[in-house]
This record gives sequence, structure tokens and C-alpha cells, in this order.
Amino acid sequence: MSLYKKTVHELHNLLLNKEVKATDIAKSYLQQIDAREEQIFAYNTLTEKEMVLKQAEKVDEKLASGEEISFLAGIPGAIKDNICTKGIRTTCSSKMLDNFIPPYDATVIEKLTAADYISLGKTNLDEFAMGGSTENSAFTRTNNPWNYEYVPGGSSGGSAAAVGSGMAAWALGSDTGGSIRQPSAFCGVVGLKPTYGRVSRYGLIAYASSLDQIGPIARDVTDAAHILQAIAGHDEMDSTSIADKCPNYAEALVADVKGLKIGIPEEYFIDGMDKEVAAKIEEAIANFKKLGAEIVPISLPNTKYAIATYYLIACAEASTNLSRYDGVSYGERVAGEDIVSMMTNTRTAKFGEEVKRRIMIGNYALSAGYYDAYYLKALKVRRLIKEDYDRAFQQVDVILAPVAPTPAYKAGSIINNPLQMYLQDIFTVPLNLAGLPGISLPCGYTTNNLPIGMQLMGKPLGEMEIIRAAYTYEQEYGFPNKIAEVNE
Amino acid sequence: MSYEAVIGLEIHSELKTKTKIFCGCATAFGAEQNTHVCPVCLGLPGVLPVVNKRVVEFAIKAGLALNCHINKFSKFDRKNYYYPDLPKNFQTSQYDLPIAEHGYVDIEVGGETKRIRITRIHMEEDAGKLVHSGNTIKDSDSSDVDYNRTGVPLIEIVSEPDMHTPEEARAYMEKVKSILEYIDVSNCRMEEGNLRADVNVSLRQKGTEKLGTKTEMKNLNSFKMVEAALAYEIERQEDVLEDGGKIVQETRTWDDAKGKTLSMRSKEEAQDYRYMPEPDLVPIIITDEEIEKYRAGLPELPDALQKRLMEEWQLSAYDAGFITSSRAMADYFAAVMAAEKLSPKLVVNWLMGDLSKQLNAENITLAESPVDAKRLAKMLALLEKGTISSKIGKQLFAEMWKNPAEPMDIVKEKGWIQITDTKEIEQIIDAVIAANPKPVADYQAGNKKSIGFLVGQVMKMSKGKANPALANKLLAQKLE
Repeated sequence: MSLYKKTVHELHNLLLNKEVKATDIAKSYLQQIDAREEQIFAYNTLTEKEMVLKQAEKVDEKLASGEEISFLAGIPGAIKDNICTKGIRTTCSSKMLDNFIPPYDATVIEKLTAADYISLGKTNLDEFAMGGSTENSAFTRTNNPWNYEYVPGGSSGGSAAAVGSGMAAWALGSDTGGSIRQPSAFCGVVGLKPTYGRVSRYGLIAYASSLDQIGPIARDVTDAAHILQAIAGHDEMDSTSIADKCPNYAEALVADVKGLKIGIPEEYFIDGMDKEVAAKIEEAIANFKKLGAEIVPISLPNTKYAIATYYLIACAEASTNLSRYDGVSYGERVAGEDIVSMMTNTRTAKFGEEVKRRIMIGNYALSAGYYDAYYLKALKVRRLIKEDYDRAFQQVDVILAPVAPTPAYKAGSIINNPLQMYLQDIFTVPLNLAGLPGISLPCGYTTNNLPIGMQLMGKPLGEMEIIRAAYTYEQEYGFPNKIAEVNE
Repeated sequence: MSYEAVIGLEIHSELKTKTKIFCGCATAFGAEQNTHVCPVCLGLPGVLPVVNKRVVEFAIKAGLALNCHINKFSKFDRKNYYYPDLPKNFQTSQYDLPIAEHGYVDIEVGGETKRIRITRIHMEEDAGKLVHSGNTIKDSDSSDVDYNRTGVPLIEIVSEPDMHTPEEARAYMEKVKSILEYIDVSNCRMEEGNLRADVNVSLRQKGTEKLGTKTEMKNLNSFKMVEAALAYEIERQEDVLEDGGKIVQETRTWDDAKGKTLSMRSKEEAQDYRYMPEPDLVPIIITDEEIEKYRAGLPELPDALQKRLMEEWQLSAYDAGFITSSRAMADYFAAVMAAEKLSPKLVVNWLMGDLSKQLNAENITLAESPVDAKRLAKMLALLEKGTISSKIGKQLFAEMWKNPAEPMDIVKEKGWIQITDTKEIEQIIDAVIAANPKPVADYQAGNKKSIGFLVGQVMKMSKGKANPALANKLLAQKLE
């Protein structure tokens, strides 16, 4: 079997047992990229092959000299192109940052570097992570590896497609309103959005600061848990980072959910939901029951306000976070006759339509006379949504729900209807508003052979519970490490 | 018609922390362009701010010293506006929950004490500096941005519109400056721009309550400018109103060279800063214990020190006020008094007189004075002991300004020791009497005043070294 088809933990064991070399693994991935990148377009920037091999050689040398290696050492992954990498172009899939080369590494990259990680490249996303299909990238569409006519989801579409197609063993994504969980579901892989503050945001190019969170995209739950371990923890560079020590997430990899109380929120089973998705979620609930979990119907009554709340808060934050792109000291510049016209021309030419739309919404919501009615009101509703979860988690240990109302949809089918696009986020945004952890894992496939994902949501810092539930399901009924084969 | 001016000040003061407010870059002034910068203060994509705890400490101390209530729950906000010296195009500042509120200072103008209320004190980051290729922005082809100052911590102290004359505004600003110096949170070097004021002024008819339309002048960084700009602006507004015109709410610049204010931009439609809570920072929570700790650690403030000096040294309110006008002067006075046993009034006279004159003439600070407190104390001790005459005292001080030697060594070297030997003085008196028959005759004819002239001649002949009192006494004896 080709090495690119293996999970990180399988490859890690092969390395430890000296059955393969890191350079062999690297070559296998480079070949897979050669074979499929031209159909999928997962990457904005690919790492030079020589560089990949050189990094792999370093790990081989360590192994040869008997040094200990970390879990990720020598195993090629991919980094979403909104995470700053020193000396490597970081674009946010925006023309604005087409030429931006960060002079510093994000904290997660520093941690991964210390763990001898290998990056195959920077992956495509919706411009500035604004979108759920990766169609908003200023550079290229990314295709779903299961069917090239379909979107990979977004905004971490490049990362999910790379992992789902064997073009990376693992990847980092970022999740502001579902941007890890939804593309993971669309591409048939596992995506974990940690508790807000669990992973440092330093070096993650901000979309909405109070919602953004970096997390792993992997082939199975085991890999996701280990990658989370590698990137999580307190960071003095991020004031919103949580000070508590991280548990050992591998300890949650136990196949046992007996007595676990799983809440099923009635508000997540809505009219108009795709029938195949609904059926697979029902099946997952039944399977959990068989595994000995206790299924508890619950209510999260303010879910209906989540989309409006999310778009007000995220856009308000985005409107100020993106103010800095003005052509003055970095990034692209379009000349103008004075400073104001230079800034205006630059922003007009270099931001895409969706980014402009969200900046407009945000500026409107923060304007004098509208602030109280929109932004402030949204903050209050956000609190209510959080309180819904607080109440629910007094009854249950985890909450199970669909990730999205539909499986992956055809590219171009709803991109011209922003409102319909926003409504796709209904099942993922509440978790970001509440700052809670969630994991998305495959729970079946449509008759068209498109993956369907389910979502397990946890309490604040409840990563252990959701990892354990997901792992248990995966062992008995799941679809670990299924790679989308070539689609002709 | 008779108008009353209503004046409010927003004073920006740079805090003297070693590092910037949200990153570890140095705050030192005068470095080469763009050398005190990092991804955080440059506002590069992906960076996050981390609050410098010293900034919060200094702001709390300023709040306490300015008699404010310290908010135990305070937060940062983003103030959004586009300007090329502002790398993020928002300034991280404080909006509705500032660190301190509801304070006051007492000022003295024309012998009367007046209380000026302080609305609030908030923390914020300074912006960078535009460096134009030409002399002004209008005749420049290009401009550079120096980001060294970006992120230097500031506090903004906002007063209530409690002042009515330029003198009051000046006294208020001087008082705030002296307090910030006393508590050692700001260098207050106005020429470096680390204390500057935005001044608001409007006119209303005397005896009425309703405020008129105000204008604002920004970034005034000397007391003189504050006073002059206000005086000009009050007169200008008066003229406009007298002519039946209306004041336009606007920002005006003070052209110091031309001595007038010029319209900059209209504020008829107030700029909307779209303030938003800073999501990258957590709220600042301050405990009662912390507040009490900082309060207990505050040094003696100028008002209290002034009172103490008046009691301890029997100084007048005016003299004590002069000594406490700056911490440097108060420290200097204390050092002189500690070094030698001296009459406090004598010391005050010298600090107010020769020392201040020299400092002003050379435009240097007390810290840069070539005559330090110890040497001045020794010199004044020579005066008090009668080792030198007061006339020689002035010469000695001038010499000490150039010559770092000990005062007594200079006196010896120059032969400036006062002549107190009766015989020696009598010899000089004899010579003076012989040389000045007319004044001598006048005196003996009853014009006692002419002894003054004769004493002067004695002093002249002795090159200022004769003890004047002794010379007077001996001369009077001889002439009787």
C-alpha cells in the first residue's frame, strides 16, 4: 500500500520501527501531489520538493542516531494559507496579500517546527476565511476530491481537500463559523475545532478575533488528538489564550461510551434538511445507543438567532481587522494621487466581493446610531446562545448534531446567493459564538458517494469527551482514513 | 457684549515605561527611523497585542494622584480611522470604561484657588510619525512613516470645561505636568512631544449657562503655545460673534510662527470612530488591594509638599509654590537644604534668581545644571558665614557655572575672601576719605545719605571683598 494512504500514527510507528524512511514518506506525498493537485487545486503555494526532502532527511538522521522523535516528525502536512509562516508567502487567498511574506512564524508554526514537522505547502481558502466553499478564493477554486464538480467546503477547503485526497497526511485549518468542521465533513475527514483560547491565535491572520480558532484536520480521530496536542497550550503572545494546562489527549482514545449522555438538540433537525444527511445522523444516534450511550433530547432555543448574531459580530470584527490592508507598508498597493485615493484604489482593486460585503456589513453594524440595535444586540444574543449550551451541558456530556444541512454541493450553485450561502452555516456557527470545542467526523456517504459528517460538541475545555465519543464511534461504525480515489 | 470663554483640555502624556504598550519594543526617543519596531507594533497580519502591566500601573498611579476613582473593571476598545501613521488603521484606546474617572486638581491663578474637574483618564497607544520629503505635506512628493513611536503608551487626561482664561488653562496644564513628574510616570519632555494638549474653547455671554460652539486646537506642546493659541482663538471668536457671525465647529491648527489659528477641517459632521471592544485583549480587572498598594506607594504630591514647606521652613505660599512647581526643583531644594544649614529664604532667592536665570538663558533643565545642589549649598554657606560678600557671591556663582571646582577653592584662588579685618578696612576708608572731600563734607554738614556713596567707594576699592556692614560702621565712626 502506498505510504500516502496511511495515517500519521501508522506512519509514525513505521518510522519508529525503521520499516520506512521519512524520505520515502515524503516522496510518496510529493508523487500524490503531482498526480492530483492539477485536478484539485488544494494549494496556493507548494514547498519546493528539495526542501521537503531535506527536512525528511533530517528526521531520518535523528532516527539513525537513535534520537527520540515527536509524533509529527517527518510526516508531511499542509498549512492553511492564513497562518503566518516566516519567509513563506502567506496570502489568505487574497490579491491584497499576494506578495506578503511574513517576517515571523505563528505560535503554532513555532511549535510544529520544534516538532520537526514537514509542510508540503500553504492551502487555499475563501479569501480571508470568509466563506464556506473556497469559491471566494481570489486565486482558484478548490475541487472536492470525491467529485471535482463539487465544492470542498470552506473556508479551510484546501486543507480538507489535501487531507481527503492523500496530498497531505494532516493539515491545519481555522474555524470561525465552521471552517474546519464543514470542509472536513464535505471531504470525508476528521476536523477538530478546539475551545476558544486553547490554541494560540498569534500569527493566524484575523477574520473575527473573538471567534477564530486554529485546529487540526486529519484522517482519523487518533491523528486529530495528537495534532491538537502538538499545537495546543497557553501562549503569552495571545491574551485570550487559556492558562490551564492541556490534558494528554491520547488518553481520550478509549473505545467506550457506556453511560455517556449525548444530547440531541431539536433545533438542529429542521425542515429542508437534506434527507440523506438526516438519515445518516439518525443512524449515528442509533449506533451511539447501541454502544451504550444515553441519548437525551435537549433544546437550544436561541439557535434560530445564531446566523444573524454570527454575521453581525464576525463582520464587525472583520471590518476593523481588515482596516490595516491599505497599501501603506506591506501587501499590494494600487497608486493614487494622494493617500486617500491610494488607500481607496488599493482596497477597491485587491479585496474580493465577499470581503467587501462583510466589511460593509461590519461598518454598518458599528456605525453611530446602529451600534446598539445591531452590534450590541448581537453581543447580548451571543450571551443567550452561550447560556443555552450551559444549560444543556448540565444535562449531557456531549451534543450530537449534523455539521451542515446538506452534503457538498455543486460549485457555482449558490455562490451568487449570499444569503443562502450564509444559511449553510446554521449548525456550525453557534459553537463559535459559545467558544466551545467540536469535532466533525464522517458518518456515511450519499448515494452519489459524497461524504456526510456528524458533529460532536463539548463543554468548555471538553476536548477529552468529544475525542472519546468520536473515537469510539469511529472504531465501531466510522470510516477512518478513507481517501477519495481518482475520480474520472 | 461681554463674553466668557469656556475651555477644556485633553492632555496626552507619554508614559515612561521602557517598552511599548502592547509589545516589547523600546520606547526611547530619538532612535534611527524604524529601528524600534516589531511585527506587533507594525500591525502586521496575524499579530496580537499583549498589555504591558507597567502601563496599567502608571495609569492607576496617575489616576490616584489626580484624585480619580479607579475603575476596577476596565477594557480596551478600537477607535477606527484611516491614517497612514496608524498601521492598523485603528487605535487601541479606551472608550466607555476608562481606567480612571471623576478626578480634579486645584490650581492657583491670581492668588485664588480653583478646582478643575477631570472627566476621565484612559490608556492608549501613540501613532507613528510621518516624515515628508519636503517641508510640508503640500510640497512633498512622498512621505515616509517612522513607526518608532507607534505603540508608545499614552494616557489621555480629559478635563471638564472648567477653565475660563488662557492663564487658567496654562496653570492647569502646569499642575498636571508637575503631578505626573512627581509620581514619576512621565518624562513630560514637552519639546519631545511627550506632553501635549488638545484645547477646546467656546464663548458664551457672561452670566449664561448654555455652551457655545467650540473649536479645537490639537497637539500644542508648550505652555506658551496653549496660552497664545487660546488668547488668539478667544479674540477671533469674539470678533466673529461681534460681527454677527457664527462659530463653525472645527479643528484649527495653531501656527506658532504666524501667531494665529487656521482652519484645518470642519467637524460639522463629527467623525464616526465606530468604537468596538478590542476582542484581542481581555478586560483589565483591578482589585482594591492593588489600588491601595499603589496609593500607599505614591510620593508626596505638590500640594501637600507646598503646605509642608510653608510649615517646616516658614516659606510664603508663593515661594513654596515656586519650589514645588516641578519635582526637579523640589528635589534640588531639598538637596541644598540637606547639604548645609542655610536660611530657606536665601536658598529660595537663589533658586528663583540667578539659578533660574542661567537655566533659562541657556535653555537647559535643572538636571543639566553645571552647578548641582551640593555645590550651590557650599557656596551659599560661604555667603551665610560671611566668608564672601554677597557681591562676590554673584561672581562666584557665575564662575562656578563654567568651573567645576569646589566653591572654596575658587574663592581662595581668586582671593575673594571677605575682608573683615578692621585695620585693613580702615586703611581703605582713609584712602576713600582722602579722595572724596566733597561727599565727606556733605555728610558732615548733615547729609547722612552720602555715606552710601562712600561705602560704595570702599567696596570698589576692595574689589567687593570688604564686609559692607563693617565698612559702613567704621566709616560712620571715622566721619563723626
